[in-house]
Amino acid sequence: MRCQSLLPHARMNSAPRLALRDITKTYPGVIANEDIDLTVLPGEIHAVLGENGAGKSTLMKIIYGLVQPDAGTVLWEGRETRIASPAAARRLGIAMVFQHFALFETLSVAENIALALPDAPAPAALAERIRATAEDYGLPLEPQRPVHELSVGERQRVEIVRCLLQSPRLLILDEPTSVLTPQAVETLFTTLRRLAAEGVSLLYISHKLDEIRALCDRATVLRGGRVSGHCRPAGESADSLARMMIGAELPQTRLSANNVRREPKLVLHNLSRPADGPFGTALHALQLSVHSGEIVGIAGASGNGQSELLQALSGEATLAQADMVQMLGAPVGRLGAAARRARGLGFVPEERLGRGAVPALDLAANTLLTAAGDGLVRRGLILRPTVRRYAREIIKRFRVKCHGSHALARSLSGGNLQKFIVGREIAQNPEVLIVAQPTWGVDVGSAALIRERLIDLRNRGVALLVISEDLDELFSICDRIAVLAGGRLSPLRHTSATDSAEIGRWMAGLFPTETTHVPA
Amino acid sequence: MFRLEARPAPSTLARWLAPLGALLLTLLLAAVLFAQLGQSPLHAFAVFFLRPLDGLYGIGEWLLKATPLMLCGLGLALGFRASVWNIGAEGQLTVGAIAAGGLAIHFDGSDSAWLLPAMAGAGVLGGMLWAAIPALLRTRWQTNEILTTLMLAYVAPLLLAWLVNGPWRDPAGFNFPQSIQFGESALLAPLLAGTRLTVAFPLALGLAVLCWLFLRHAYLGFQMNIAGQAPAAARYAGYSPARTVWVALLVGGGCAGLAGFAEVAGPLGQLLPSVSPGYGFAAIIVAFVGRLHPLGVVLASLLLSLLYLGGESAQMELGLPASITGLFQGALLFALLACDTLVHYRLRRSR
Amino acid sequence: MNDWLPILATTLAAATPLIFAGLGELVTERAGVLNLGVEGMMLIGAVSAFAVASSGGGLLLGTLAGIGAGMAASALFALLVLHCLANQMATGLALALFGVGLSAFIGRDYVSHVLDGVSGYTLLDGLPPLDPFIVGSLGLFALVQWFLYRSRGGLVLRAVGESPSTAHALGYPVRLIRWAAILFGGACSGLAGAYLATDYTPMWVEGLSAGRGWIALALVVFATWKPARLLAGAYLFGGVTILQFHGQALGLAVPSQFMSMLPYLATIVVLTLISRRGHAIRLNAPASLGQVWHPDS
Repeated sequence: MRCQSLLPHARMNSAPRLALRDITKTYPGVIANEDIDLTVLPGEIHAVLGENGAGKSTLMKIIYGLVQPDAGTVLWEGRETRIASPAAARRLGIAMVFQHFALFETLSVAENIALALPDAPAPAALAERIRATAEDYGLPLEPQRPVHELSVGERQRVEIVRCLLQSPRLLILDEPTSVLTPQAVETLFTTLRRLAAEGVSLLYISHKLDEIRALCDRATVLRGGRVSGHCRPAGESADSLARMMIGAELPQTRLSANNVRREPKLVLHNLSRPADGPFGTALHALQLSVHSGEIVGIAGASGNGQSELLQALSGEATLAQADMVQMLGAPVGRLGAAARRARGLGFVPEERLGRGAVPALDLAANTLLTAAGDGLVRRGLILRPTVRRYAREIIKRFRVKCHGSHALARSLSGGNLQKFIVGREIAQNPEVLIVAQPTWGVDVGSAALIRERLIDLRNRGVALLVISEDLDELFSICDRIAVLAGGRLSPLRHTSATDSAEIGRWMAGLFPTETTHVPA
Repeated sequence: MFRLEARPAPSTLARWLAPLGALLLTLLLAAVLFAQLGQSPLHAFAVFFLRPLDGLYGIGEWLLKATPLMLCGLGLALGFRASVWNIGAEGQLTVGAIAAGGLAIHFDGSDSAWLLPAMAGAGVLGGMLWAAIPALLRTRWQTNEILTTLMLAYVAPLLLAWLVNGPWRDPAGFNFPQSIQFGESALLAPLLAGTRLTVAFPLALGLAVLCWLFLRHAYLGFQMNIAGQAPAAARYAGYSPARTVWVALLVGGGCAGLAGFAEVAGPLGQLLPSVSPGYGFAAIIVAFVGRLHPLGVVLASLLLSLLYLGGESAQMELGLPASITGLFQGALLFALLACDTLVHYRLRRSR
Repeated sequence: MNDWLPILATTLAAATPLIFAGLGELVTERAGVLNLGVEGMMLIGAVSAFAVASSGGGLLLGTLAGIGAGMAASALFALLVLHCLANQMATGLALALFGVGLSAFIGRDYVSHVLDGVSGYTLLDGLPPLDPFIVGSLGLFALVQWFLYRSRGGLVLRAVGESPSTAHALGYPVRLIRWAAILFGGACSGLAGAYLATDYTPMWVEGLSAGRGWIALALVVFATWKPARLLAGAYLFGGVTILQFHGQALGLAVPSQFMSMLPYLATIVVLTLISRRGHAIRLNAPASLGQVWHPDS
């Protein structure tokens, strides 16, 4: 699968900007990287492709000086180099755009940028440079605005401009499109192609095959911490890339028609609530109904009211009026999380460790966390053997890979923990199930299983609401889809009656404001 | 160079060995200190740790002093598990003593068998009342309970000082700031002849067992644990944060109040300007050294009680300052925190 | 004129230790570290300053000894919190308790010794002499205000307090910065103690600080981590003590014990008033306050 003759011809003579040889890094119990080779040429856009847990992040941290490899050599422009710290990386000309932006919410755009420049000029001069660079690349920015007021797209702009001001020779981008609208992705690609044309090398980390085929000159594919292949993405098909990435073709999830009687099970009626904390987003009169036997998806980047909506739905936050949330015909807006659960609500939150599960407790205790009402507690006392049996059942039904019900939640991989949490919520036979970011950071196999189980549940007549940033996922498992942007909800569309371009425009807040109800 | 590396799972062995390690470190410090003060460490240790336990009376004193530490420590441990940082047990103990003592003074001369149980009840309620103030402020307005419980721990002794200097001063007490001596029916009889040990000690042991059962088997105990370990998970599961705060503070206050009752109806026998040599604060150390576990609290309270007695004994026999007890208490907690590192991390030689 | 001068003097004097300790803790907390041991550091500083000053070391040397002792105590805290990754809450409590014990131990031979007070210098004829500590507290305020909002170091400190992992990812030495912030807090607490023991009540008694370290902690919350509000809060508390000292003169027939309760009760009231505005606290509190941070996590 190695295809070494892919070097762009014009740049044959120049030394590689970065070359990694036999890089190995182990953590207690895990080999994150093993004998990794990677070569990046000047002016090249080089993809590092791999699924969650393949070792991409560790490799990037090594290049950026955040992590030191256990073995192997790093060659920077032909010379062996030890990158001891991010500061050292920046001195070499390496800059990085982080997946979870490395920005300080309470500081202004200019202050955030100043922090990344070793000798930042005076505030006024810096603001001028920021404006000039931002305009030059078509990435408008207001230097004095505090970061917490910015949208996700604007935040990424701050990160990119911050890198550009360092005049980088190698720019690392870690999953840069995971939260962008399709339109914003196009703008980003234009910027990146221009940088490459100016001679900057780009390392583009992603698991999105289409993007890599559209953008990258060459790709290095990782699987299980090892290089599973080098290739030229433009010449590959999505299937051949997938085989290199996961050793099999991408599992496809399909939604088939079901004949469940459509009855509204979850209704939002003029749901409004104030922002949750100083950096939150208020919700404005949301209207929505989710019926039995369907999956409704809510698209949009986090920070547009997603966490406020989830808390309002789960009962972690109670509402001003009871009828703002109605479940099975009854107003539940003023009930707490436990009471709503008792009425048949299941909820899989976005944060797995610390919210969906308690990291330092075992899976049995984590079962008890929400399933106590399912006969696990009698007269205030915990029925320990019953709890263990219940936990073992979940582990079996959802193929959770772990050392049994005594395994600590934090010892599980992201995918297995998510299977456990989804399994625990489904095991309680909910009438309504709310799932946030069902497969975020989850390996492909687990993701497929989780989606399959959600669809099974839909076919059994449960009403499901899925909130996700992953548009592909929403289009593959949802009957109907809407967008939450700026705390407002777009009209609801059948997935077959819309496309990612329209949803992308809506994610930027451009949707008709009157909410037209689509019949279920 | 060594560096710390996270263990895949916390080490249970290290968790229980850490208090022993801390004790050893503290003893090491004590040995150095004794030598500095011109004492032979071995002799000083004998005076400090063995002399007080010489004979039945000594053992009785040891358990007697362990009682308030155990009671306060149990209540605090329960609260700390739920991340409710009640550090004002000293104040709650004092108010418990005031409430119990007030009853004894008011019903002086009564020979009702109900007086002692009523005093115990009053002590518990007094402690609860004092702890209810921070609980109310925290649940109603999110006021930080660390600071409010502590501020109230400064206020309670002033209240007591006013009472024994004013309205409750013994008229026949030569103007000394103290109340009358309580009558027979308001005093706990010694459990064993030749000691001052009262029924409060077995009561405290019983409470420890109850506490252990609660934490192990009660769903509410589980919920409070979660609230302490992962507050977001507790909210997600729908556990009431207000209930956690109320239970933690009321139990802590009630236990401390009971300790206050046991002091005034036991060894003290009257209200004095100070009813506690810092038991409420030492109980914080008891709770941590006892790993927030009821059995651990029992053992730790015995250790801290011995430190109190040892300080007195060292003062009398060696002329060492009594304040050495406070020094050792603080050092013990510091040493424990240092040893605790090895529960979650292990040393690795760094390359 | 003669009526308000003593009142003003009392207010300024009572506020000064709160300003020192409060500013120190404010800087520490801005770096994301909650040090509950202020009371302990203050006591250790106080007894060290007193011991040096009364053994013929003089006021200046005594004050320096207080600052040094406060820093040493905070270094112990920093070691445990930053290197042993101990829980900040528990470690701070340990420091507070340890400080009470250690200061009583060191001070055992000095109990009820008295020092000559500090002589101030005269700025204007007709005005009472200015106390160097009071002037110093205002200078420290100006310094902290400038540092936090006008210097690059302050920007880095605030960044570390909001998100140590992000600061680390940008290459800042988080641990070193937190060390500096903790030591500064210790120095300020030690200074506050030195002022109490050598100037405010120039004698040593056990537990001399009488909860002022805890009140300083409450003031930091009350000030929503802003130096100017801390200054205002400290003077408010200084004002409360007027009632304590001048109550009799004002004709209040309340037992002295109730007067002594005032600062503690005022702390509770003030803390509750600010906590009701949860929004202000959440907006300004350093986001990483009190959390253990390890570079590998």
